[in-house]
Amino acid sequence: MSEDRIAKLLSRAEAEGLVDVAYTDFDSPIGKLTVAATDRGLMRVVFDREDTDTALGEIADQVSPRVLESPARLDLVRRELEEYFEGRRQDFDLPLDWALVRSPFRRRVLQHTAGIPYGQLETYREVAVAAGNVKAVRATGGALGSNPIPVVVPCHRVVGSDGRLTGYAGGLDIKRFLLAHEGTGGTLF
Amino acid sequence: MKLPPFQTLIDRHADDVLRYLRASVGVVEAEDCFQETFLSALRAYPQLRDGRNLRGWVLTIAHNKALDAHRARSRRPVPVPEVDDRVGAEPESGPPDTRLWTAVRELPQKQRSAVYLRFAGDLDYATIGEAIGCSEVAARQNVRAGLATIRKGWPR
Repeated sequence: MSEDRIAKLLSRAEAEGLVDVAYTDFDSPIGKLTVAATDRGLMRVVFDREDTDTALGEIADQVSPRVLESPARLDLVRRELEEYFEGRRQDFDLPLDWALVRSPFRRRVLQHTAGIPYGQLETYREVAVAAGNVKAVRATGGALGSNPIPVVVPCHRVVGSDGRLTGYAGGLDIKRFLLAHEGTGGTLF
Repeated sequence: MKLPPFQTLIDRHADDVLRYLRASVGVVEAEDCFQETFLSALRAYPQLRDGRNLRGWVLTIAHNKALDAHRARSRRPVPVPEVDDRVGAEPESGPPDTRLWTAVRELPQKQRSAVYLRFAGDLDYATIGEAIGCSEVAARQNVRAGLATIRKGWPR
């Protein structure tokens, strides 16, 4: 299939506003990243070790099936992530679409987490308190574990109260890498 | 009803749609029909209730776009004396055996559609029936009748 033919189709679909969710993938120091966005903002970052088809299928199911590979729509996302990995950016300046986070509690957890500054750490307990429920430490872990927008919403900056890195969707190696990259990994194991 | 991302339809079926359209309307018009097919499909996609036969669905749309193209062509004034559009008259023609597809093109509309969908689209008879608005049995009969006509006129 000629790329021109598909490119033409895509530009007409974009012009008609028929692309509800655009996605693309690119290489990064933590492996291939697939990113997906609506016109409201970035909604999903998928790690290489996750199943991209499943992730895009969930978006088709929960948001809209008009999901198309449209790299140009993600230029800004890609640029900011590249700047982050190159050490030239500490804060992401990207609009986010929380449509994949249905539960109000989970959304509060992740929205609080989005504001944890570069190079700082919080514990699950601290995040639970900030999200309004000190008893929901476990549920906070669940919310962070299902973070659809990792790296940009920095759930890697949340650690156990003893400083242990618990789970991470991209794998603990990536969590360790990100924290070391931000200069906070040295004391943690 | 769970529908896969639309990109999946393009990745899996774009080649089939193009092959079908080239056989049905020729390589040049196939390009516009291809665009119209996938744009129409994309517009309608969220309302699609049954995602089990997406290939049949998108080829049915392609079939309708091909019919539109045929109608538009027949309405178009012909500025030069009738060109012989049979053997070899379409140098760019996509399908390898132009003479065969020309013979298909001369069939009555329903037989022609059924033959294209069966052999250029590789659809089953039930889906062909849905596409051209008849039963599975009638779709099979249309293909059989079309092939018989071609065979009869074929030089031995």
